[in-house]
Amino acid sequence: MANIKEKIAQLFPQATIEGTEEQPLVSIADAQWRSLAKTLRDDADLQYDYLVTIVGMDWTDSLGCIYYLMSSKHNTMLGVKVATTDRQKPMLHSVADIWAVGCLYEREVYDFYGIIFIGNPDMRRLFLNIDWVGYPLRKDYDENPELNPVSIENERQSDTTDTYVEDDKGNVVKREVNVFEPGDFVVNIGPQHPATHGVLRFRTAVDGEEIKKIDVYMGYIHRGVEKLCENLTYPQTLHFMDRLDYFSAHNYHHALCRVIEKAAGIQISRRAEVIRVMMDELSRIASHCLFIGTYCMDLGATTMLFYTLRVREQILDIMEKTCGARMTFNYDCIGGVMQDLAPDFQADVKALIAVLPKNIKEYNKVFTGNVIAKNRMEGVGVLSREDAISYAVTGPSGRASGWACDMRKLRPYSIYSELDFNEVVATEGDSMARFKVRIAEMEESAKILEQLVDNIPDGEYCVKVPKVLKLPAGRWFEVTEGCRGAFGVYIESDGSTKPYRLKLATPCLPLAGVVDHITRGSKIADLITIGGSLDYIVPDMDR
Amino acid sequence: MQDFSIITNWIHNLLASFMPGWLTVTVECLLVGVGLLLVYSVLALFYILYERKLCAWFQCRLGPNRVGPWGLLQSVADMFKILIKELIELKHVDRFLFALAPYLVIIASMLAFSVMPWGRGLQVVDFNIGIFFLLAVSSIGVLGILLAGWSSNNKFTLIGAMRSGAQMVSYELSIGLSVLTMVCLAGTMSVEGIVMAQYDGWFIFKGHIPAIIAFVIYMIAGTAETNRGPFDLPEAESELTAGYHTEYSGIHFGFFYLAEYLNLFIVSGVAALLFFGGWMPLHVPGWEGFNEVMDYIPGLVWFILKAFTLSAIIIWFKWTFPRLRIDQLLSLEWKYLLPINLVNLVLMVAIIVLGWHF
Repeated sequence: MANIKEKIAQLFPQATIEGTEEQPLVSIADAQWRSLAKTLRDDADLQYDYLVTIVGMDWTDSLGCIYYLMSSKHNTMLGVKVATTDRQKPMLHSVADIWAVGCLYEREVYDFYGIIFIGNPDMRRLFLNIDWVGYPLRKDYDENPELNPVSIENERQSDTTDTYVEDDKGNVVKREVNVFEPGDFVVNIGPQHPATHGVLRFRTAVDGEEIKKIDVYMGYIHRGVEKLCENLTYPQTLHFMDRLDYFSAHNYHHALCRVIEKAAGIQISRRAEVIRVMMDELSRIASHCLFIGTYCMDLGATTMLFYTLRVREQILDIMEKTCGARMTFNYDCIGGVMQDLAPDFQADVKALIAVLPKNIKEYNKVFTGNVIAKNRMEGVGVLSREDAISYAVTGPSGRASGWACDMRKLRPYSIYSELDFNEVVATEGDSMARFKVRIAEMEESAKILEQLVDNIPDGEYCVKVPKVLKLPAGRWFEVTEGCRGAFGVYIESDGSTKPYRLKLATPCLPLAGVVDHITRGSKIADLITIGGSLDYIVPDMDR
Repeated sequence: MQDFSIITNWIHNLLASFMPGWLTVTVECLLVGVGLLLVYSVLALFYILYERKLCAWFQCRLGPNRVGPWGLLQSVADMFKILIKELIELKHVDRFLFALAPYLVIIASMLAFSVMPWGRGLQVVDFNIGIFFLLAVSSIGVLGILLAGWSSNNKFTLIGAMRSGAQMVSYELSIGLSVLTMVCLAGTMSVEGIVMAQYDGWFIFKGHIPAIIAFVIYMIAGTAETNRGPFDLPEAESELTAGYHTEYSGIHFGFFYLAEYLNLFIVSGVAALLFFGGWMPLHVPGWEGFNEVMDYIPGLVWFILKAFTLSAIIIWFKWTFPRLRIDQLLSLEWKYLLPINLVNLVLMVAIIVLGWHF
């Protein structure tokens, strides 16, 4: 894509462009960043309309961000590096109005690095307490526990938020904005609530049964995985992957292994590739099964849960025989997989493929065709294609809005390019479409398993890797497909055994971020429908 | 047909033989009260187990099977648990109304028991507006729910109570109109009279088309009236945690819980009375031998079996259908059930006038 490099160099001569052909990295000064961002999004040849993630960085001499962008039209990827040398009050310009998901990502960077984004409407911390001292991912962060003692008081919360705006003379002014209008009837849904699927909190302003605004509160299960990883060796960082989205444990392991293997130049055997892909697809079926069950339960049809768990149990049994665990599998490792397949793996997978169509038919009969289910789901929480891209809603939820965002197709990794499967895309964008896309994806995953189950090649399941694994200095960013959407892994190495920075761009954070946008004006019951159909996992967004 | 009035009369005469009149009445009232309470609690215990077993059956599970044979003592154990649980005192609640609400709910369903046709002569009171009385007292329940939601001083309970108010007031209309349809056919509002009118065939057969429509509407409205799925919005677990009774604990919560199951029995009991002859055995005109065999089965057994079967249908609804949304719930009532019901009432009257019923 030399023309992209040329084009940017022509339009912005001050920008420096480095990096590979497929993933150029543009460095630009903050003053020009907003105009570059607008060009990148709007120019017909570029059209970078999908903000994958914002990686906050501390290079000790400067603080900054790397924005990873993708184009939904041209399927190209680009990184943009913006930095500031001011460590006392670092400020960058916000792109929240250009990519809607930016608002949430910038809050995360602010939370971890203290970088203030000028123009972001909501500069609150995202995960940590509002009175947290210091910015934990800065390299000079003071880890002394006395600074941030475990509080036994009630949780502090603020009804106002700060926003920083630039006036005509270029001075940055801080303004305080109310989150809710005075007199709003605010109902607290969560953090302990049956339908939030974990410790997520929606502060919901309602007018009768109608929702006026939702303020999403996160961080109740924030464990600082990215911070912890900076003090662990590469093989050790793997073990956090099944504690993010615990239903895509295999997929996430696969994603991180792939980046580390690519960086270290390790070539794994074909047997390991096939095993990894099969495990990914088994996870996908299990995850979607659980989605169907819990979603129906949210809508009041409790019985469906048991029908879907039946299939999930079968998959968990397969996993247990091979991995020794039913959750937090920890199976993929650098160089391949931990153990070889269990002897009856193939027979078990075949048995699963045999029963799956019958079960899916039953789900459709019991639930999908039900008139109440249709009324509850059709036309509820409609997300347009443009909004899905702008809010970075990937995975089945994004595909239900008509955005073909399956990373297995867009950026084929492992052996996916050789496999024959369809990308399921719907156009309605409502809760029903999100539900149906997942059911159809189970069938597609079964199709992949069918192609692979008799074609598992012989060979070693794990190649030899050095005992002490060091990555060369550099940065790598890869996006793969988890069960809930695009999972990005960014590694920056300084040549040691530990990552200098490991950023996990999880799909569930944007999913939670879009809830406010698509629930406005609908009923309280619709919040449950919409939240359920987005299928977010709270530990995945909080990390 | 066995006549229970022989037994009740014998008790009355026995008491009257050595007591003054006022004392007889007092003692009889006490006996009836104790009897009703016993029936009430035993039925509730049975229903809890019944629903759990049925639901387990729908969900490919076994259900409770540890306490007692086939888990029969499970609900007894649950009752003891709920009796010895602490009643948590809440701050910032309206104490009096908060404590009053569960009693209102339970009183409403107990009063409704007084006109249940358990068997011939086995009824607390039989008077000329029996079914009307039943409708009247069962709507006291909504007052309890509204109070519970309001006095708890909690946003979830308040939303739950408001939903409940809207829902119950709306569905009372459907219940009232479908009952009225059947009262037309029976020609009386007395419970005894309605049962006796079905001597030569249950109303569901005698009234054919309008009776079947009324039955379907009654079952839908009855399910809504008892706040059960798919109409369990007031306590929609996934939306409002537990709706109007979120803040209740111990036996106060138990009262709401019991009342829900007993209301299920009352709704099915009234359906059995109006459409399936109450305690009246199955009679087919002309089949004298068959009718006589049916008469050997006591009326009490007939009534309870009918009520349990109809309850099973309502339980089946709950464990199959997803929940409606509040606007869909209200439009179902006001846009569909109510107009159909009004037309149906006219149809029934026309059929009676033209003598097209059996």
